[in-house]
Amino acid sequence: MKILNTALAAALALGAFAAPTLAETKVGFVYVGPIGDGGWTHEHNKGRLAVEEAFGDKVSTSYVENVPEGADAERVLTQMALSGHDVIFTTSFGYMDPTINVAAKFPNVKFEHATGYKRADNVSTYSARFYEGRAALGTIAGHMTESNQIGYIASFPIPEVIRGINSAYIHAKKVNPAVEMKVVWVFSWFDPAKEADAATALIEQGVDVLMQHTDSTAPMAIAEEKGIVAFGQASDMSAFGPNAQMTAIIDDWAPYYIQQVGRAMDGTWTSVDTWDGIAEGMVAFSEFSDKIPADVAAETKALIASMADGSYHPFTGPLNKQDGSAWLAAGETADDGTLAGMGFYVEGITGDIPN
Amino acid sequence: MIHLEKRAEPSKTWTAFTPVLAVILTMIAGGLMFAALGKDPFEALRTIFYDPLFSEQFSAYSRPQLLVKAGPLILIAIGLSLGFRAGIWNIGAEGQYIIGAICGAAVGLALYPSQSWLIYPVMILAGAFGGWAWAMIPAILKTRFNTNEILVSLLLVYVAEQLLASMALSTLRNPEGNGFPGSRNLSQHWATSNPELISGTGMHIGVLFGFIAVIMAYIMLNKHMLGFQIRLTGESPRAAQFAGVNPTRLILICLGTSGALAGLAGLFEVSGPAGQVSIDFNVGYGFTAIIVAFLGRLHPVGILLAGLLMALTYIGGELAQFMLGLPGASIQAFQGMLLFFLLGVDVLTNFRIRIGHGGKK
Amino acid sequence: MDLSAINPLVLITTLMIAATPILLAALGELVVEKSGVLNLGVEGMMITGAICGFAIAVETGNPAIGMLAAMVGGAMLSLIFAFLTQILLANQVATGLALTLFGLGLSSLLGQGYVGVKPPSTPKIEIPLLADLPIVGPVLFQHDMVVYFSIFMVVVIWATLKYSRLGLVLRAVGESHDAAHALGYKVVRIRIMAIMFGGAMAGLGGAYLSLVRVPQWVDGMTAGAGWIALAIVVFASWRAGRVLLGAYLFGGVTILQLNLQAAGVNLPVEYLSMSPYLITILVLVIMSAKGGRAALGAPAALGRVFHASS
Repeated sequence: MKILNTALAAALALGAFAAPTLAETKVGFVYVGPIGDGGWTHEHNKGRLAVEEAFGDKVSTSYVENVPEGADAERVLTQMALSGHDVIFTTSFGYMDPTINVAAKFPNVKFEHATGYKRADNVSTYSARFYEGRAALGTIAGHMTESNQIGYIASFPIPEVIRGINSAYIHAKKVNPAVEMKVVWVFSWFDPAKEADAATALIEQGVDVLMQHTDSTAPMAIAEEKGIVAFGQASDMSAFGPNAQMTAIIDDWAPYYIQQVGRAMDGTWTSVDTWDGIAEGMVAFSEFSDKIPADVAAETKALIASMADGSYHPFTGPLNKQDGSAWLAAGETADDGTLAGMGFYVEGITGDIPN
Repeated sequence: MIHLEKRAEPSKTWTAFTPVLAVILTMIAGGLMFAALGKDPFEALRTIFYDPLFSEQFSAYSRPQLLVKAGPLILIAIGLSLGFRAGIWNIGAEGQYIIGAICGAAVGLALYPSQSWLIYPVMILAGAFGGWAWAMIPAILKTRFNTNEILVSLLLVYVAEQLLASMALSTLRNPEGNGFPGSRNLSQHWATSNPELISGTGMHIGVLFGFIAVIMAYIMLNKHMLGFQIRLTGESPRAAQFAGVNPTRLILICLGTSGALAGLAGLFEVSGPAGQVSIDFNVGYGFTAIIVAFLGRLHPVGILLAGLLMALTYIGGELAQFMLGLPGASIQAFQGMLLFFLLGVDVLTNFRIRIGHGGKK
Repeated sequence: MDLSAINPLVLITTLMIAATPILLAALGELVVEKSGVLNLGVEGMMITGAICGFAIAVETGNPAIGMLAAMVGGAMLSLIFAFLTQILLANQVATGLALTLFGLGLSSLLGQGYVGVKPPSTPKIEIPLLADLPIVGPVLFQHDMVVYFSIFMVVVIWATLKYSRLGLVLRAVGESHDAAHALGYKVVRIRIMAIMFGGAMAGLGGAYLSLVRVPQWVDGMTAGAGWIALAIVVFASWRAGRVLLGAYLFGGVTILQLNLQAAGVNLPVEYLSMSPYLITILVLVIMSAKGGRAALGAPAALGRVFHASS
């Protein structure tokens, strides 16, 4: 450990020495996919570009794409830290342990880990309350469906995804009690062909509104082709479904990235746990399609406004779990702990969560 | 007309010189590609090949990391090279690597949170056993039914990947992991971890096993009867039969050894650098090792060097991405070129190039 | 659970579309392997074809020209493999793997300007009269040109291998390059042609993904389809008709499991996903147990290096 520490200290000294002369803050990003994925990584990269735009010459940003979670991530992070980066954003859940490990060795570098739950003095975590967005989508979906069947393409059975399904279902059901939700698990975040097949399968079985929690734009393209209604995921996907897309949830990381980099620059950065939603602008919507009837659009916008000002929580009782057992009493709202580890469907959704 | 003439013996000069030639050719072609992408080619090449080894800023960390990255490649490639020499084609090391990791991790997780020092040795055995057993499927099908081992071993990779996903999502999932897929972190628990043996050197037990495998393979191929049989079978299967080589036994040994070594590599990775069983735990070491085996000309020392070179392009490639803003894809393409040139120039080792008509008839 | 929601006719139509990319790539690889060459670079050639086809279709506005460009792109990439393995006598397994690595990188570089672009749509061609037939019409005769082409190629390759002189020569080269060489066949030239054919077919399969099935360009979009194509050739025991069966089986398992999920059936998805591979292994074992290599149809010289030393 001694050798490494000496080397690291030397490197840090070098970095510290170099920083003032350059007078710029170095910000690094580690991506799990390619920046051209059109979804998750694409939006994080847009956040990076926004940081560059906001601070101009005062920052320099860099990134590494397609970094596998695990040993490779730890190495990339260490090398970034060694090269004098001041703030490093690690943008996938699987980078959690590597981020914590590397952060322990570089107390002066600030780390920001997306979607994780482990923090340290120099590690913040951040995530978005996408379920708020799903509530709005569910409302539109409940109104728009004529077959009363909503299709949902899901990636992996993890709390984040299950939360989204529940939120969408609750709000679709609220405006349309006859609604049914068909969930297909593709066991991949990104497999355009399989996502397209899943979309086709759902549509063939009578689904006329499609939601997705996978990263490619393939389901949107299929929805467009089949003439049904769909919602974009992570990015505005209207290019692929000019008629199909009602709106899209947009992961807008830019405000948070600019805020945190700014704090790092003026020395006010501290480790925080951020779980932002519509109110803070981390969850945003693309323009509503004019195919949404005016009253539905107005109702949805009112819902969005009520979530933004905190007067409404998407998980408000009375709500039962799928097996019929009571979960939330009337007026009670779900706490963040339960939401973070959500592993059950709410009452009314048919089918089981895999495994 | 250009004509190739087989050498009676591989040329010693060219054996040493072709890798250098290949690297030079790659630098030229890669430099052109980097220039086409609007980057300074000399800076890019320096960042990939020189900085990880010698720059003041990175080398203290990167050099040990070379061992960490190369360790599993070398360990797997050594095992594969034995079979490849005898004409036995195990291209499913990726699957054996996965199964080794699953078996080893399963033992560690089943005994969690016991602190006994006995756990890790048992995990090592379980990892080797898992890889061995997975390789025995193509081996036994080959010896019993003469089923093509290339295809069976490859097909079993997909089966192993599905098993891995299933394990990470259910059986081995961390009960304290907030519902996320992936097992407990083995490297954070003393009894199940594979730490650096000497801090700051990158040497973990897996790298040590890799070096031992190089030495053992070298001795076996040069001094031992089995090594002789392997080489003879590869050069002339018929002669080997006359010499009394039992092909069934050889298949079982070669596939079993390569499977066990791949399984070990998986276990050392899952309990060390990677830390946990996750859905995409495998990052292609099993396939990259095939390339390493050939780059190393199926020779133990060659494989050692080839593994380190491959690791260097990974580590240097990452540096080039965030230092120079090169796209990740250009690094992949660059590695592809390096492999093409290394594989291509090998022709000079075994053949003479004659210019003229026909050559001897 | 509502199985009646699954319409078998629609299922077959979807399955045909889903299976077309792997069918095309597998047919190409079949010819390559029949000539005695094992090219593991199918994934790399497919993804290169996917971006070449996409880019040209977008630039020209014509998907047909895009498909042609994809075939050229796949063939060009396969030429690297052909040069290394046939002229410089490099190992085929390693070269094929390197080709995949290179193809993935190259395609991503080429595709940088095409992310988020919508391709021109590929028209469906309804075959007159036949398309109006009840049941069979909508299922079989209302597809786009590539689907028809893929089935047409099954027939062509089957007939060529079985009846034509070209097929005979190809098989001879794949069975024993030394004997074929002694008979005066240009082994290397024939193999290079076969490899390029394989590249073109894989490229077209990739373009079908990016232009029709998905349709868009995204990095790494083949997501392992090339590897499945390799498995299908084995499953088919090197026969064109069975490649069709294999492609529809492999494609069908995915489609079926997604449909069953949509119908509310609980499935162990991982185990279902591995079933085609296990079936393939089983097929391999049965074939090889029954009558050795001859019945299996595996080319004897598969993967061996040929050098005309005589």
